[in-house]
Amino acid sequence: MTLAIDIAHRQGNFMLETRFESAGRLTALFGPSGSGKSSLINIIAGLAKPERGRVVVDGRVLVDTEKRVFVPRHKRRVGLVFQDARLFPHMSVAANLRYGRFFTPAAERYARQDAVVDLLGIGALLDRRPSGLSGGEKQRVAIGRALLASPRLLLMDEPLASLDEARKAEIMPYIERLRDETKIPIIYVSHSVAEVARLASEVVVLSAGKVTAAGPAAAILQRLDLLPDEERGEGGALLETVVARHDAEFAMTVLASAAGEVRVPRLDLAVGAPVRVRIRARDVMIATERPHGLSALNVLAGRVVSIEPEDDASVDVRMDCNGATIVSRITRQSRLALGLESGREVFAVVKTLSFDRANTAAGLRAEIDA
Amino acid sequence: MNWLTDLTPDEWNAVRLSIKVATVAMLASLPPGILIALLLARGRFWGKTLLNGVVHLPLVLPPVVTGYLLLLAFGKRGPAGAFLAEHFGIVFSFRWTGAALACAVMGFPLMVRAIRLSIEAVDRRLEAAAGTLGANVGWVFATITLPLILPGIIAGMILSFAKAMGEFGATITFVSNIPGETQTLPSAIYTFTQVPGGDEGALRLTLISIIISMAALVVSEVLARRVGRRLELT
Repeated sequence: MTLAIDIAHRQGNFMLETRFESAGRLTALFGPSGSGKSSLINIIAGLAKPERGRVVVDGRVLVDTEKRVFVPRHKRRVGLVFQDARLFPHMSVAANLRYGRFFTPAAERYARQDAVVDLLGIGALLDRRPSGLSGGEKQRVAIGRALLASPRLLLMDEPLASLDEARKAEIMPYIERLRDETKIPIIYVSHSVAEVARLASEVVVLSAGKVTAAGPAAAILQRLDLLPDEERGEGGALLETVVARHDAEFAMTVLASAAGEVRVPRLDLAVGAPVRVRIRARDVMIATERPHGLSALNVLAGRVVSIEPEDDASVDVRMDCNGATIVSRITRQSRLALGLESGREVFAVVKTLSFDRANTAAGLRAEIDA
Repeated sequence: MNWLTDLTPDEWNAVRLSIKVATVAMLASLPPGILIALLLARGRFWGKTLLNGVVHLPLVLPPVVTGYLLLLAFGKRGPAGAFLAEHFGIVFSFRWTGAALACAVMGFPLMVRAIRLSIEAVDRRLEAAAGTLGANVGWVFATITLPLILPGIIAGMILSFAKAMGEFGATITFVSNIPGETQTLPSAIYTFTQVPGGDEGALRLTLISIIISMAALVVSEVLARRVGRRLELT
């Protein structure tokens, strides 16, 4: 799938001027509130008409203002999962699920209801009414409804934003399965680094209506300067790993990565399963020699690649650990005290308990297989 | 109880005619009622305020004035009446159809109001969602909007029916008071009060009138509560 967007759209004082292409499996549209993410989604789905520009999905032109092309929303076959599930209140869950399928030409129906119901774990809800569902259940049904219309592209507009942490944790695995087990390309809108790090293969960063960066998730998320202020503390390196073994005695799981072994709190995954971990820059300490008498279990040897000043107090140190990148944020004072410079051999130190559930996720299987 | 149910043929006629007139008035005004309600709730066009005013006019005008205007327009020599009689063979003057027209016009603002309110209560984002799932405008209306406004439509129909059951001024002005043709319940009661010894008949029809109106009110009350409950849930 390729998505090509080049639009200019004015909304009051706000100017959305966006241009990017993406061929990712799950592309995250990432940016703070008010950066134009939702407007962009509405334009792709056909809920809003851009003043000028083009929207092309897989070679099919959906919008071209110059040629006066505007495919109406019901003919786009672009699924949209809203932040507020928007289930039809007068229909049962089963009728909601069937709704889009009814309007899909028989030849283009690839989604099977039993498979989708199974994927999302909503079999027990089919006879219920939307008003009786929890927020997380509603959102899963909404995802199923969009999927059963057999869309060519699935848009998810902050599907977790209105849920509490427990509900988010409940839905996240389903979205991972959706990404890994179906072939539908997904555009996922989010303002949370944790979600993007866990789910995205590609990231497009939006700020005040403009694209400020686009590329693979691992490359974007370690560029802390690209992240919105309130999420910067969440930024850091993404490390692709596989489960090497479980340590039953201490309830830990050992992950193997290019940078070396990483010990994290026990994960419920089989040995060999891919896991993507996010190592927040503020959780990483730097030592100039292999530390002794230290409680932290993860010590990764590497070499300083670059040091970028962040603000008056801190700098971001980027390290190459045998091909994998680790980013650390330390104070300017520490940097001076250690005399850190590019090229210096160092050790990155990370506590095992820095890896909470939000930081570890089932990885993108196909990407790791490749 | 026998006293109440032993009606004279004329009284029976009045009851039957009233129900027929009210039913026809209610059903005939439903399609234009939904259309006008949609226009007023969703439309953005020049003259919307004027249309709104015209629709509500029968609510504020004296019924006699409305009846007289109908007589001018739809009477035998009125422009609309002559046209309809000539081309479609529909005659309103001094017929029960005229009574139905008068009742429909008088109940129209009530019906439009009820439907319009329910349309305005519909969450348009649900319609957008249906659009992204492949439904075109017609399907969105049939599968999303219509079911969601159904309680409002039913409430509007009940109001229109109840109004028609009680309509007197416009009907008697437009189509007079002919037993068996245009003499509805209120006209029949009025006639009884005008003749000596008519008290008993007037009282009987009054009680029947109260029963029918109460039934309509109860139904609309139940439906209104159901609408409220549904809106809370969404």
